[in-house]
Amino acid sequence: MKNNLLSSQADVQRVAESKDGICALDQAIKRGLLLSLVIGGGILGLSGCGPGGGGDTILVGEFASLTGKEATFGISSHEGTLLAIEELNAAGGVLGKKLELKTEDDQSKAGEPANVVNKLISKDGVVAILGEVASSRSLEAAPICQQNGIPMISPASTNPKVTETGDFIFRVCFIDPFQGTVMANFATNTLKAKKVAVFTDVKSDYSKGLAKFFKEGFTKTGGQIVSELDFNGGDKDFKAQLTAIKSAAPDAVFVPGYYTDVALICIQAKQLGLDVPLIGGDGWESDTLVKIGGGAVEGHYFSTHYSSDAGSPKVTAFVAAYKKRYNGKLPDAMAALGYDSAMFLADAIKRAGSTEGAKMRDALAATKEFDAVTGKIAINGQRDAVKSAVILQVKGGAFKFVETVAP
Amino acid sequence: MEWFSQQLINGLALGSIYALIALGYSMVYGVLRFINFAHSDVLMLGAYAAFFIAPAIEKIIPLPSLTGALLVTLLSALICAGIGILIEFLAYRPLRSRPKLTVLITAIGVSLFIEFTCQHKAVFGADTKPFPQLLPATDFHLAGLVVSSNDLVVVLVTALLLAGLWFIVHKTKNGMAMRAVSFNQQAAALMGVNINRIIAFTFGLGSALAAVAGILYALKAPGIEPLMGVQPGIRAFIAAVLGGIGNLPGATLGGLLLGLLETFAGGISGLSSYRDGIAFAILILILLFKPAGLLGKATVEKV
Repeated sequence: MKNNLLSSQADVQRVAESKDGICALDQAIKRGLLLSLVIGGGILGLSGCGPGGGGDTILVGEFASLTGKEATFGISSHEGTLLAIEELNAAGGVLGKKLELKTEDDQSKAGEPANVVNKLISKDGVVAILGEVASSRSLEAAPICQQNGIPMISPASTNPKVTETGDFIFRVCFIDPFQGTVMANFATNTLKAKKVAVFTDVKSDYSKGLAKFFKEGFTKTGGQIVSELDFNGGDKDFKAQLTAIKSAAPDAVFVPGYYTDVALICIQAKQLGLDVPLIGGDGWESDTLVKIGGGAVEGHYFSTHYSSDAGSPKVTAFVAAYKKRYNGKLPDAMAALGYDSAMFLADAIKRAGSTEGAKMRDALAATKEFDAVTGKIAINGQRDAVKSAVILQVKGGAFKFVETVAP
Repeated sequence: MEWFSQQLINGLALGSIYALIALGYSMVYGVLRFINFAHSDVLMLGAYAAFFIAPAIEKIIPLPSLTGALLVTLLSALICAGIGILIEFLAYRPLRSRPKLTVLITAIGVSLFIEFTCQHKAVFGADTKPFPQLLPATDFHLAGLVVSSNDLVVVLVTALLLAGLWFIVHKTKNGMAMRAVSFNQQAAALMGVNINRIIAFTFGLGSALAAVAGILYALKAPGIEPLMGVQPGIRAFIAAVLGGIGNLPGATLGGLLLGLLETFAGGISGLSSYRDGIAFAILILILLFKPAGLLGKATVEKV
């Protein structure tokens, strides 16, 4: 497959380089190189004659986990993104054109993001890509966007590697070194924990990254990591590891996983009588955590990007608009970040005055103070957003605001 | 010591689930000489059947309660027995005279078909659903050790079903017919055994077992999704082979052993990510020295 792709890209280049492009294209058709045509369409789209650049709409691509294991993340971020696009269009669009959102579902599966993002860029000819929440899946799509010179904005992938892919890749969320440090400080200062166990999902880049930065931060504050155990995302039995953790007698357990696994971990920790606070990152934030975990998740803490009861006027307006659009549903952090990612892109297109990849990229990179729902965003040299985090606690089946931590 | 005893309890609880699933694999293999790979998906369907039946039952009998749980399990087992018979009728019966490999590949196909159909939005959807609490759950604390009531139920049910199956296979007329079919299908048919009925019965029984296992598995980890059967299914298959496939006590022994191996490997700091690797390496070693499994009889194939 890879070889195929490379050779057909070379074909496209030959097509582009030849003096008579149309004639060469014709030859390509005759040679039956349909694949090269598809990719060629995408690249031509960049120069303004493809489906994305022309007409009176700007086509924006989005890929999200609308179904599958992390479905609530994808659905939330999609709903936030869609709300932003609708608000932008109601206000007259961008550069006098309406925005059109083209969404693809990657089913929370490895391998799918590459497929759907290739399709969005090559077949649909989108000018920019918004997505994903999970770092592993953003990492899959990022090289494709980079190669094609299409700016990609991840709403919520916090693993540092995502934007390291190249200069077209951005994000509107903070990164794991920051999130890990925030939780390490929280464990030391608020929970007064001296000994902490770390329980990592070895299948996920997000979990491994966050665990690493938490450990660094926590040892720096003088704490001790008493036990390190691993699980595989999707496991159902965690009692072996939890028993080992319990025998190390920690003051708290750091579990940087996603909500379906975390809910089961909380239940089994409670069954084993491991009654210390479990703490985690933004991967916890989903209603499903409480639906599956029930009473077992009560009292535990996690860091995330925003809280709907933080009280700033920007948040209040967003919460009201979201509730009105989605039948009274309360927006979570992923919804807010999805909203911010679309607004951030629109802002950059306005400042760039164009939907050309390189110009959008320069405008995105030059952002110094973008006023987002999830706080003020400055883009640094690594194309990461510098902003504050909040810590929430599960209380009475809901997530309650505990504190805000500035960068 | 406390750590060891607790891991022993955890391992036995996990192993009992594997044993229960392995019973189904082993029984169907014992009669038909082929692995029904769709078994792990019938397990998932059993959990979903209970998921949808429970709210309806709750209107008559309040849940969690023992009678309610029994009723939900019974209905789910009946539904899955029906599904098992249907799978056999549609997918395996037309291929019965074909080489065994054809049926085996078909079984994998049936398994994938069920998994991916159920992931579709219009069926169950791929997201994890919270499984209702069917049984009142408590945790017993004994000298620093914790045993959850659900785990005790699993051990008890596995033991009961093993005894029940043994009774059916060895003491009933249907069981005698099953053994006859297993021995020689054509000769059994000539002796007046209704092969179609016996094979359908075997599939129905195996699928009902899968449904019970699915519900117990979902009670242990109350988040269900269409791929929930894959992981325990593979492990139970290995357990059945380890114990000597076709042998019911062997399947139970294999399941318990696998559960214990996994738990002890998983509870070691620094090695927990190699949990499955360690468990399976030990299994390979055992099979190297006892290729027919722990309780299986080595059979000489005549050529």
